Amino acid sequence: MPNMSQNKVPVPEQAPEIRAHNFEEVTLGYTAEMAEEEASRCLNCKNMPCVSGCPVNIRIPEFIKKITEHDYEGAYETIHLSSSLPAVCGRVCPQERQCESQCVRGKKGEPVGIGRLERFAADWHMQNVEEPAKKPEFNGHKIAVVGGGPAGLTCAGDLAKKGYSVTIFEAFHVAGGVLMYGIPEFRLPKAIVQKEIENLKHLGVNIMTNMVIGKVFSIDELMQQGYEAVFVGSGAGLPRFMGIEGESLIGVCSANEYLTRINLMKGYKDGYDTPVLKSKSVAVCGGGNVAMDAARSALRMGAEHVYIIYRRSENEMPARKEEVHHAKEEGVEFLTLQNPVKILGDENGRVRAAICQKMELGEPDASGRRSPVPIPDSEYELAVDTVIMAIGTSPNPLIRTTTEGLEANKKGCLIVDESMMTTKQGVYAGGDAVTGAATVILAMGAGKSAAKSIDEYIKNKNN
Amino acid sequence: MFQIIKKKRLNSSVTMMEFEAPYIAAKVKAGQFVIFRVDEQGERVPLTVADSNPEKGTITLIFQIVGRSTMKLDALEEGDSIADLVGPLGVATEIPENTKRICVIGGGVGCAIAYPQAKTCFAKGIETDVIAGFRNKEIVILEEEFKQHCNHLIICTDDGSYGKKGFVTDALKAQIENGVHYDAVIAIGPVPMMKFVCLLTKQYEIPTIVSLNPIMVDGTGMCGGCRVTVGGKIRYACVEGPDFDGHQVDFDELMHRNTTFREREADCRMMTQAGQITK
Repeated sequence: MPNMSQNKVPVPEQAPEIRAHNFEEVTLGYTAEMAEEEASRCLNCKNMPCVSGCPVNIRIPEFIKKITEHDYEGAYETIHLSSSLPAVCGRVCPQERQCESQCVRGKKGEPVGIGRLERFAADWHMQNVEEPAKKPEFNGHKIAVVGGGPAGLTCAGDLAKKGYSVTIFEAFHVAGGVLMYGIPEFRLPKAIVQKEIENLKHLGVNIMTNMVIGKVFSIDELMQQGYEAVFVGSGAGLPRFMGIEGESLIGVCSANEYLTRINLMKGYKDGYDTPVLKSKSVAVCGGGNVAMDAARSALRMGAEHVYIIYRRSENEMPARKEEVHHAKEEGVEFLTLQNPVKILGDENGRVRAAICQKMELGEPDASGRRSPVPIPDSEYELAVDTVIMAIGTSPNPLIRTTTEGLEANKKGCLIVDESMMTTKQGVYAGGDAVTGAATVILAMGAGKSAAKSIDEYIKNKNN
Repeated sequence: MFQIIKKKRLNSSVTMMEFEAPYIAAKVKAGQFVIFRVDEQGERVPLTVADSNPEKGTITLIFQIVGRSTMKLDALEEGDSIADLVGPLGVATEIPENTKRICVIGGGVGCAIAYPQAKTCFAKGIETDVIAGFRNKEIVILEEEFKQHCNHLIICTDDGSYGKKGFVTDALKAQIENGVHYDAVIAIGPVPMMKFVCLLTKQYEIPTIVSLNPIMVDGTGMCGGCRVTVGGKIRYACVEGPDFDGHQVDFDELMHRNTTFREREADCRMMTQAGQITK
């Protein structure tokens, strides 16, 4: 008999007033008992609606059943068949819009905590299984992957499992992409990311850091070096600014810059050299996960007031529900239906305030969300010393501007067909480089599809 | 790891280092930069490449010791290695077509970046004048190197202790007024120097390229820290620069934004004097 409780088994978390001042992980994860209790809420539906909600089609009811049978390693292995980065996805996927949104239990009460269970299985494996993955036999084909973020890592992992010799060319000094520079330690510990990357290395994936493709080698040169196909997962690029007065004042930066200084460069830790803005009062513009990450990081860096300024209402916020909830618990102040129109500086050219305009919701726009309309004469001054822009990015221009035959759309996103192949033969692409800023799991899904297509391409080519 | 093959002090606050970096050496062109990170705790610091030797697989960086990272780098010796060196980044300098005579201007440590420009122009057969400006005789660098790679070298010092007395703008103006026709000017040095060179060349309508040095983190088009205003638009020095049309650059804004972490730099210098920063 399944556990008919309408609510998920609560997951232990650090108390908000404590965690708002440290970078330790917020959510502590289920114990085995909790995981089994939650797993027993799954009805093991025959048609598996949850699986269709998962961008990488993890066999969800199957792994959950294994948890109820105390076969935690079996649960991990089931997940690992579909996902190269289980410990990451359990933590950062927007489950409420994917697998959990399809869960039958959600019709009456809360859906099964699939994300929490995925994390449990992945963490259990990391803590209890020492045996490294075995390197498959080399099939004689070399593939290059450009960018070591979620798309590239997934593509590399899937191809390595099939026996390809895969080399990831990573621009930074460490692989991981947004998992390292963007998502904060308190949401995704970097040791976990590196452990997942170690697993890929055991599979035989070679990682070359400090290699900016498009500069040090072109895509054509990679192919001349014997790579038979190339996957481009170069990620998001240039941050957008609003184009309002005052954006060049000291104290205005992009969320990418703020988060990179903190996460990748560990600017929050003593002994690390990268400076981070010291702020008392911070306005973060935007309503996505990146905005939540920046706001919550600012609190942890010691800011007394942190505001999220978002031009629509909370219902339209693209951030994961859990992030919004956590941010509020920690004391982030939400100023919704508002938009900054000007940033004011002091006599030293440093930010002293933002002028915000109030908005109301009008007709739905192209995105299907009701569009914000300014309310006349509603401007007011919000005293802040830092303004962080988290309003999106445009794709990185480095590869498309240095590779002949690679076409991009008006926004600069690489154009791919159904098989993820770009307009250049043998060159595939996926993730933010194709879609514009999206989620980790969508990038992983793209990396996975591309790996499948690359495998077919190589097989056909050599037949 | 990237090994230091050669180290040489050029003056009391400027050091030259040659690094083993074969991939970069094979590709780098004048005007491009690298990002270095000394060690695991280090920050990512951009530096324009001063010279390269593709056969030997090395690149040369010349840096002024201003903050913690350049102090840490300067504390290393030949045979030591740094954690990371990535590049070549940015767009190589594009000399306007049909340039017959050019004036390459370097100010202080900016001469380290003006040098490969002069070398490239000279090698292309363009008549190359170099104006190198320094505060005084003690800090003059690269005189011999410039002599070998240009047609006319004019050195000037603010106090007149070496070469001509005066600023690089005085020397440039004298050249132009003596009837020298320049098809283009490249100016690299402190932001105020570039600003005043551009004000002057604007009067004579000489196309002027400047190499900007804004704050950067990743250097690959991701963080936006290096944004500068050029022709009224936001441009990113790391992927669209570091060279820009000097007549379009908002130098005052750049100068201001470059002071973001100045207090911290001063603290680091003080800590070093107190013996707190060592290798």
